[in-house]
Amino acid sequence: MAQHRKPTLDRRKVAAELLNQRGGALVVAGLGAPCWDTAAAGDSPLNFYTWGAMGGAAMIGLGLALAQPKRRVLVITGDGELLMGLGSLATIAVQQPRNLSIVVMDNEHYGETGMQQTHTRFGVDLAGMAKSAGFRAAGTVFNAAQLKSWIPRLLRQPGPALVSVKVTTERAPLVLPDRDGTSLCRRFRDALPVPQR
Amino acid sequence: MKVSAKSEPPATSHESRPGPSWPEQIHRILAENEVRQVSYVPDSGHARLIDLVRADKGMRAVPLTTEEEGVAMTVGAWLGHERSVLLLQSSGVGNCINMLGMVQECRLPLLMLVTMRGQWGEFNPWQVPMAQATAPSLSAMGVVVQTVDRTDDVEDTVGAAARLAFNTSRIVAVLIGQRVIGAKQFK
Repeated sequence: MAQHRKPTLDRRKVAAELLNQRGGALVVAGLGAPCWDTAAAGDSPLNFYTWGAMGGAAMIGLGLALAQPKRRVLVITGDGELLMGLGSLATIAVQQPRNLSIVVMDNEHYGETGMQQTHTRFGVDLAGMAKSAGFRAAGTVFNAAQLKSWIPRLLRQPGPALVSVKVTTERAPLVLPDRDGTSLCRRFRDALPVPQR
Repeated sequence: MKVSAKSEPPATSHESRPGPSWPEQIHRILAENEVRQVSYVPDSGHARLIDLVRADKGMRAVPLTTEEEGVAMTVGAWLGHERSVLLLQSSGVGNCINMLGMVQECRLPLLMLVTMRGQWGEFNPWQVPMAQATAPSLSAMGVVVQTVDRTDDVEDTVGAAARLAFNTSRIVAVLIGQRVIGAKQFK
């Protein structure tokens, strides 16, 4: 496999830059650090934080995207979490949801269990897998300029799109969102109008 | 439209029946319950229902690579105000177990329609362990498990299961027995 390129981006800055421009986007956060990143950027009833369901975040995004075709759905998750559900890239690609974007905060490690290296540390290319599955757009981001050019595409252009943002393993302050599933679901649904048919 | 109870062939025959077949009955129940997203890993027992869903412009048929994707998708659908159903074989229940925990924690409805293997005249030994573990493992996760072993009971059971799931926000699994579907022939 190719020479390893060390990540340099700060995950909190990435999340803040992305979410500051979210507009009406609905957000699903994968378990662990992506939840803290999302909460740190500013809580919202339209953030659905997962505290388990590893491997399922992208599929939660698909179900939501299919139910709310006029809303942008943003899944913010980790490399370990997405690796556990790689088949979902195929399932999602077949459905071609134009309003779904997946952002992987790829620090190449399992952050909650002792910082063990994940498969992306050894060259597994999540964006490449998404593209091969049939995602409309996919890429890997290593620097601020690349991130800046991707954000409008993720928020406004037709998807499905996946970006793997290479971030460092630098620890950021813990920002814990609500972990009560019934309350997370209730506030999300209450904040979201039922689509007219 | 209620199915006529007049001329009843034996329970295991579903070739020539008056009125709709049990997959057609299930499709109608899903439509009545405003189910919009139907996810599945195909099983021959569900083949007819899958075809009906695919032909229905009011429903979205979503083929999965593995069954737990459908469990997670249900959560997203519910957040977005849509109802969904998961069609799977008993072997696929094993793949769902951890993901069901999220649905439990969120107290939202999930209807699982499970076609059974490994129960009645099964040919393939590898099907038997998970089939025998299907009901206990679902129950262990807090799922309400209902079983149906006669073709004539499918409509009522699935209808009642759908009402239970959506009225009370729970996970309900209907295990459609091998006596309804017929054991797979390896010829």
